[in-house]
Amino acid sequence: MIIKIRRDSETLEEFEVLLEDNTLLEVLEHIKSTKDATLSYDHSCRSGVCGSCAVRVNSKEELACEYKLKDGDIVEPLKNIKIIRDLVVDNDDAQRFNQKSNAWLESYIKTDVSKEDEKQNELQSDCILCTSCYSACPVYEVNKEFLGPFALTRVWKYVADKREDDIKQKIELIQNNGIWDCTLCGECTIACPQGISPKDDIMMLRSKSGVKGYMDPNFSTMSFGGFDPNGGF
Amino acid sequence: MLDVLVVGSGAAGLRAGLSAKNSVSSVLIASKQFPTRSQTCMAQGGINAALSHSGEDSVEQHFKDTIKAGNDLANEDAVKKLTSNAKEAIEYLESIGVCFSRDENSKIAQRKLGGAYASRACYAQDFTGLKILHTLYDECNKQNIEFKNDYFLLDLLVENNRCFGAIFLDKKTGKVEEIKAKSVILATGGYSKIYGKYSTNSSSATGDALAIAYSNGAKLSDMEFVQFHPTALKNSSILISESARGSGGYLVNSKGERFTDELAPRDIVSRAIDDEIKKGEDIFLDIRHLGEEFIDEELPQERKLAKLYEKIDPVSELIPIKPSAHYTMGGLEVDENSMSSIEALFGVGECANHKVHGANRLGGNSLLELIVFGKEVGENACSFAKNSNLFDAQNVKENILQTIKTYTNEVDFYKEKEALAELFYKNVGISRDESSLNVVLLEISKMKENLPFMGVKDKSEVYNTNLIEFLEFMNILKLSELIVSSALKRKESRGAHFRSDYLSRDDINFQTHSIASLKGNSLNVEFKK
Ligand SMILES: Cc1cc2nc3c(=O)[nH]c(=O)nc-3n(C[C@H](O)[C@H](O)[C@H](O)COP(=O)(O)OP(=O)(O)OC[C@H]3O[C@@H](n4cnc5c(N)ncnc54)[C@H](O)[C@@H]3O)c2cc1C
Ligand code: SF4
Ligand code: SF4
Repeated sequence: MIIKIRRDSETLEEFEVLLEDNTLLEVLEHIKSTKDATLSYDHSCRSGVCGSCAVRVNSKEELACEYKLKDGDIVEPLKNIKIIRDLVVDNDDAQRFNQKSNAWLESYIKTDVSKEDEKQNELQSDCILCTSCYSACPVYEVNKEFLGPFALTRVWKYVADKREDDIKQKIELIQNNGIWDCTLCGECTIACPQGISPKDDIMMLRSKSGVKGYMDPNFSTMSFGGFDPNGGF
Repeated sequence: MLDVLVVGSGAAGLRAGLSAKNSVSSVLIASKQFPTRSQTCMAQGGINAALSHSGEDSVEQHFKDTIKAGNDLANEDAVKKLTSNAKEAIEYLESIGVCFSRDENSKIAQRKLGGAYASRACYAQDFTGLKILHTLYDECNKQNIEFKNDYFLLDLLVENNRCFGAIFLDKKTGKVEEIKAKSVILATGGYSKIYGKYSTNSSSATGDALAIAYSNGAKLSDMEFVQFHPTALKNSSILISESARGSGGYLVNSKGERFTDELAPRDIVSRAIDDEIKKGEDIFLDIRHLGEEFIDEELPQERKLAKLYEKIDPVSELIPIKPSAHYTMGGLEVDENSMSSIEALFGVGECANHKVHGANRLGGNSLLELIVFGKEVGENACSFAKNSNLFDAQNVKENILQTIKTYTNEVDFYKEKEALAELFYKNVGISRDESSLNVVLLEISKMKENLPFMGVKDKSEVYNTNLIEFLEFMNILKLSELIVSSALKRKESRGAHFRSDYLSRDDINFQTHSIASLKGNSLNVEFKK
């Protein structure tokens, strides 16, 4: 079986391996320990929960530990992110958006949470911060200040939480370079290994923002010309 | 100079950092991985607490179960602390927004794990550790805690038995950096990965900080106690959570016969399986009767992983399993303030031995330990920092990286690492005896002699995982000698430590903790008085 790995922006390096029916991570480990000790990639749990090993295979985001390798596959690092070496990328840029958008529980109210309430953000709390969604997002590709999919999913996770008493600031923080900049293309949803749909969460945040008196700035500039969404409310 | 430096960013490290941040000005968490990648994210089963709402459970019962499972080796005061603070720990996690599963009465749902009298484990589907770790991480962002990620601990700064910081390799740049602090907390997890592919753990569970602390003079205790989890997937050693048995799953052999009480503590179940395997049986976990809906609701990860790695669907097929190294009870010997035998050096989480698990850990007690003792160690490290005189020594040490550069690279350390893992699983595994342990000691000393002929092929400064893996191997090798020597000295069977040449428990000589430390240049193992 031949696997091609992008190790710098110019060239793909080919490796021949005699493994069948293995995960990409197993193959990478095999190459590193027997053929080329310099091959660099990240990994940790090998069971799809730590989010370390996200890469792109044939231009789609995959977790190396969950992807079964096929002959001729092309493996590349994630997109829209600083590459440190080979398949290793620097997450720090994307991660700072969690902080920038106050993705945490601001003010706790003690309350019973029913099974139904639990379902409001169960899926969102499955996020493993693998950054696949940023790799797939065409808006983040051109605007590095765009808060981006997982940070907005995280914001929605807390906004939707019955125990959160103070969502005001969170909603305010996502108005610029946030929910309205998303084109709802759904690429993040396709990329997510956990079945999360940041796009849907962004739509929920839009309607929540609407209820709080915010409006789509694109829409308001178009129809009313420079209307200030905060003025007059 | 920092007040508190935390090494490791699993739940223990994050909880410690948060608690320290509460009372002092400067806290830094440095870790070889990004926080949410830490092994804590893998915990599935749950976190124990006798919450009063189920009615059937109590703190006393939790205490009793823990002592019993630990084969009377756990420390009663420590277990009291653990169990009586459990409710508060869960309330804390609830207050920062952990998305626990809920029951019909809108309370935090609980389920039964092995060795527990009642349904005691609070859970979040089978993502308990993931959700706890991520929520703690969000809380750290809220509290503006500073992180250094991809910082690999190379050494500790210690002078006159007083720790004042640590030395790291910045993986991203290859630079070596000293970080000085008034107190240092090690929260670096366990060492089960010595068993390599026979371990359920993440690849980072290599006990680095323990090997380093030991070399700097710290005492390590109970290193011989390694817990084998009964149900790891046969091919990949990926864990199938105990909740699968807790919910009614059966263990069967090739003939389809059940052969043990599935809900007994782990050491007993693992040994029962090991006995069957030695008779030539293959062992399976059967959860088919639980039904697809239940499996998808409560055990979704397990279903996915069994399909991926064993190519079977647990809804309609048997899951092939084997016991695998899962948790290390031993670790940094700490006192009731979580301080090690080196002043200003604290320990918490799986890397420390608070003696709450004794000879065998109860499922769900580890996550609890991280939160309860994490909070406390943060406070203790702070008050130590506040009351300590500024301590700043010039610590000139030979840098291990320089030494490695002189290694000749003729012997492939990846093969050695695999060989050591095989040997450990066979000879230092579920069942041990004197002659098989001695064989391992001999192999270890050969490997140690051979180290200068190993080394790293990759010469890059940037993100050199070949180098990191070699450093981890060196740490593993150092610890392996401690484990085997402690196992040799404990001439009895107790909990996870089973000696086929000393079948019974010997309370007169061994109802105490083994302590491994450096005396001069060599290892000394003795039992605590
Ligand atoms: C598959 C699995 C399932 C489990 N399920 C449960 C469960 O249901 N309930 C339960 O109670 N327990 C469970 N456990 C046990 C529990 O998860 C662990 O004991 C616990 O998470 C350990 O947490 P920790 O914070 O001590 O360390 P870890 O989470 O292991 O974190 C260690 C940290 O130290 C850092 N580190 C390590 N070495 C270095 C170094 N050289 N330099 C710098 N940083 C370093 C790592 O980067 C990491 O951040 C499970 C364990 C496994 C493997
Ligand atoms: S839906 Fe929005 S966030 Fe998701 S990829 Fe498209 S633009 Fe990015
Ligand atoms: S939302 Fe999905 S793709 Fe994005 S980081 Fe989380 S798990 Fe990964």
